[in-house]
Amino acid sequence: MKIGVVTFPGSNSDIDSLNALTVAGVEAVTLWHESPDLAGVSAVILPGGFAYGDYIRAGVIARFSPVMRGVEAFAAAGGHVLGICNGFQVLAEAGLVPGALLRNRSLRFAGRLVYIKPERLDSPFTHAATGEPLRVPVAHGEGCYYADGATLDELERDGRILFRYVHEDGTPALDPDDPANPNGSLRAIAGVCNAAGNVAGLMPHPERMAEGVLGNAGGMQLIRSLVESAAAWEEAGRPAPRAGAKATAPVESGR
Amino acid sequence: MSEFRYAVNVLPKPGILDPQGRAVELSLPHLEVTNVSKVRVGRRVELTVTAGSEPDARAVVDGLARELLSNPLIEVYAIELLEATSSVVSTGAAAQ
Repeated sequence: MKIGVVTFPGSNSDIDSLNALTVAGVEAVTLWHESPDLAGVSAVILPGGFAYGDYIRAGVIARFSPVMRGVEAFAAAGGHVLGICNGFQVLAEAGLVPGALLRNRSLRFAGRLVYIKPERLDSPFTHAATGEPLRVPVAHGEGCYYADGATLDELERDGRILFRYVHEDGTPALDPDDPANPNGSLRAIAGVCNAAGNVAGLMPHPERMAEGVLGNAGGMQLIRSLVESAAAWEEAGRPAPRAGAKATAPVESGR
Repeated sequence: MSEFRYAVNVLPKPGILDPQGRAVELSLPHLEVTNVSKVRVGRRVELTVTAGSEPDARAVVDGLARELLSNPLIEVYAIELLEATSSVVSTGAAAQ
């Protein structure tokens, strides 16, 4: 089994993502943006960076690159896709996850450590998490999560908010001006998933906090979740997503 | 065929937080301007389309504005025709 990491012109966290996957014990391969061929990978990471210079809007030009045709088909077939930071922006522009990422409320680039907490431990992207707040870096100028009120209510109801910005004690930073909410995201949303639950995006960088040598290995909980979900999906013979399915993990229980 | 030059003006949707507009407003007192409000900051894109008619050209711009130049979730756009040049004139110019 191998997992692919897309390299767009301007990606800068692709190597970190490949490294985190390697540390997790899975073969990691680069997927070049000019080819729609995903080389038979079992899951895809869209990494952080500034794809195509973030021109017009972060993620929008990347959305139309050839590799995204392959990623869209892969997601429609039930494959797991994780967008991190700029990768989340690409997924949102492509309509693969709901909402949009606006300019940070502060107008400042946010580059620092924050706390996020998985909202549920039975999703393909969080099932290997402990449920404790994770200390992870953010590095973005456009991370303010926005969706209209009806969409936000629907996401809450269907359990599609995967991560929120929290304080160290785990209480959510719901006030957009709370410093623990680094970009002013509505309802402190740091990550969401699609209706079928196999495509997720988050602004913080778990791959940059995935080994002890980096000071903290908490991010590995999310990398390992993805790796195990990809393996379970292969094991089950690459099942298609159920229409309107709730975002539950293909494996039995969290840890 | 003719050439049509357009501007596409993109603005944040009403009600969507516009931190750039807010920052501009906050700077106004430093300029001693007190009678300006409701500032919204957007983006303007100019482009030329070669097409058989203005409606055909506009349809192309409209598609681009919706798909690429704006995000309908958070932005609105308006298309402005700047200039129309007939092909007879442009071919003649190229031949000289």
